[in-house]
Amino acid sequence: MALSRLSSRSNSFLKPVTTALPYAIRRHVSTDTSPITIETAVPFTPHQCEAPSRSVETSSEEILSFFRDMARMRRMEIAADSLYKAKLIRGFCHLYDGQEALAVGMEAAITKKDAIITSYRDHCTFIGRGGKLVDAFSELMGRKTGCSHGKGGSMHFYKKDASFYGGHGIVGAQIPLGCGIAFAQKYNKDEAVTFAMYGDGAANQGQLFEALNIAALWDLPAILVCENNHYGMGTATWRSAKSPAYFKRGDYVPGLKVDGMDALAVKQACKFAKEHALKNGPFILEMDTYRYHGHSMSDPGSTYRTRDEVSGVRQVRDPIERVRKLLLSHDIATEKELKDMEKEIRKEVDDAVAQAKESPVPDASELFTNMYVKDCGVESFGADRKELKVTLA
Amino acid sequence: MAALLGRFCRKLSFPSSSHGARRVSTTACESETGKPLNLYSAINQALHIALDTDPRSYVFGEDVGFGGVFRCTTGLSERFGKNRVFNTPLCEQGIVGFGIGLAAMGNRAIVEIQFADYIYPAFDQIVNEAAKFRYRSGNQFNCGGLTIRAPYGAVGHGGHYHSQSPEAFFCHVPGIKVVIPRSPREAKGLLLSCIRDPNPVVFFEPKWLYRQAVEQVPEHDYMIPLSEAEVIREGNDITLVGWGAQLTIMEQACLDAEKEGISCELIDLKTLLPWDKETVEASVKKTGRLLISHEAPVTGGFGAEISATILERCFLKLEAPVSRVCGLDTPFPLVFEPFYMPTKNKILDAIKSTVNY
Repeated sequence: MALSRLSSRSNSFLKPVTTALPYAIRRHVSTDTSPITIETAVPFTPHQCEAPSRSVETSSEEILSFFRDMARMRRMEIAADSLYKAKLIRGFCHLYDGQEALAVGMEAAITKKDAIITSYRDHCTFIGRGGKLVDAFSELMGRKTGCSHGKGGSMHFYKKDASFYGGHGIVGAQIPLGCGIAFAQKYNKDEAVTFAMYGDGAANQGQLFEALNIAALWDLPAILVCENNHYGMGTATWRSAKSPAYFKRGDYVPGLKVDGMDALAVKQACKFAKEHALKNGPFILEMDTYRYHGHSMSDPGSTYRTRDEVSGVRQVRDPIERVRKLLLSHDIATEKELKDMEKEIRKEVDDAVAQAKESPVPDASELFTNMYVKDCGVESFGADRKELKVTLA
Repeated sequence: MAALLGRFCRKLSFPSSSHGARRVSTTACESETGKPLNLYSAINQALHIALDTDPRSYVFGEDVGFGGVFRCTTGLSERFGKNRVFNTPLCEQGIVGFGIGLAAMGNRAIVEIQFADYIYPAFDQIVNEAAKFRYRSGNQFNCGGLTIRAPYGAVGHGGHYHSQSPEAFFCHVPGIKVVIPRSPREAKGLLLSCIRDPNPVVFFEPKWLYRQAVEQVPEHDYMIPLSEAEVIREGNDITLVGWGAQLTIMEQACLDAEKEGISCELIDLKTLLPWDKETVEASVKKTGRLLISHEAPVTGGFGAEISATILERCFLKLEAPVSRVCGLDTPFPLVFEPFYMPTKNKILDAIKSTVNY
């Protein structure tokens, strides 16, 4: 860490880096914040608007943070997979690996005052909003120290101080909620926007269109983000949607189709959408992404798609690999440094898991708390009906 | 925790209809032969038969094409074609509305809602359209060919949105029928009756029993009549009424109560709307005590309706207040499921305190 402090002080000497520098003063992992411009690989496809430029302003520090954050998210999801198989996580567990670029790219474009609301595939979004790994694992295992105090589980992560409104089990239900949050932001003159995220399956829900119409009518700063991972559980988009061009579904609402596996493209699109939403009302972003795992841990993910398809995407479009290549080609870090970083992250995740495993389960009385502000006198008896266990007064 | 373990050891054989009972499903009783099948296979067989016997029947819903999340629709798409067995987009309201329209044209629409927890977007279509279609058109039109199937109930780890029992909401709607089977053999017969019944039916399948319950199921086409409750265990001291997966728990409680000298009569309601009041009334007049048990929360649950009706009809014969052992009045919890559920011990305790009132 001392080395990076050294390098940031002397960063004016170090751009662009050449490998000819002697090792002793060679910049290690860069925290250079001076701007670099990178072209996205895939252009944006606009609907009812002008596409933003393909040149994204970023910096070494930012790209490195993308790598770190995505690697952390990836490791977390893989750890969750093992914990589920070990039956330490019960219930349902929907993993986000493959889609990490969305969470990190979005965070790079917005602030913690902007709200995010999403579906049940929310672990990485929670981490992106600043959630701690140990809080996530505790919640997954239903412990008291979890972010929802163990009462929500995998599908219901929330973080109020980071304007993360969760974590929803019912498909599509979060979209009208998101538009409502946007309304409050506009009413309160917050100069902030809401990103309401949903999947290609939810894109066919009636409530989406109801909410979109209202948002457009009242010019709400709502950005609807369709995370198109091409499968609504087991049904491919071409079999469930007459028009799988989800960014055009808003008709009079402008939209943009984005390569969701490219964190920089996601950043650019979200920045663009935020500017638009603050001035002109709702916007739709369709993120073309992919999930490696099945829909949930109960779904092998191979009955409706081939293993070749999954490994193909992993080889060609993996978001972490893309950022790794960028870091290497711009000499921001070496192969070894990145591997060391990944090792550190692995240890970080393992430590968080170990810590979470030690946490206690919530107290039995928690079953009855937080239903009403003042509960309504419901009585509950223990196994012996004469023993009054709880009265909610 | 013992209650939880009890739930896991559910591979029991199911109580067969006793012969002295007031109402016995004779058709199922006649042929005890058949293969041992689990619940999803029995339902699968029923669907195969339904589609085979009526060329104007269709099965659709989310992901039914490859067999469905619980394998209930396996083989249907291959056998009957994609024009009769097809996937729908993810929109329950649209699916049920579409089914109502299809049924209104004289077809049998067998709709699958993936989990009963997701049925609420379709609630308006069921309550305001399906239930009132025949009534408001003066019998010119009807959607009797509509059958909605949904897996319901606790499964051990389902949490808020994969464990709900919404039957009470639907029992409040005149115009539809609500049916819940307790075992594979019952499920096949009841489902065929529901599909062929000329009224819209909501059929809840206990998802816990999809794999856990195994029973001899006759291979031929048979139907079990709707709106007929069945006395599955005779007794003299107290009447227990339940449906679906809860009956196994209640039966265990009955066995334990017998060891303490209490003779329990257990009734499977099968059809919740319209329910067989006569059978339950006759039983309570004999025993003088009633206990109802269901997984759904106690306040406003269907047990309340049974309790009120029996009170009206059997007031002077009752020896003790009607007891309801049900889920707690909380959202279906995650880690607290064992505390929430109406377990065998809670039922046993209620039996004892009712008998000793």
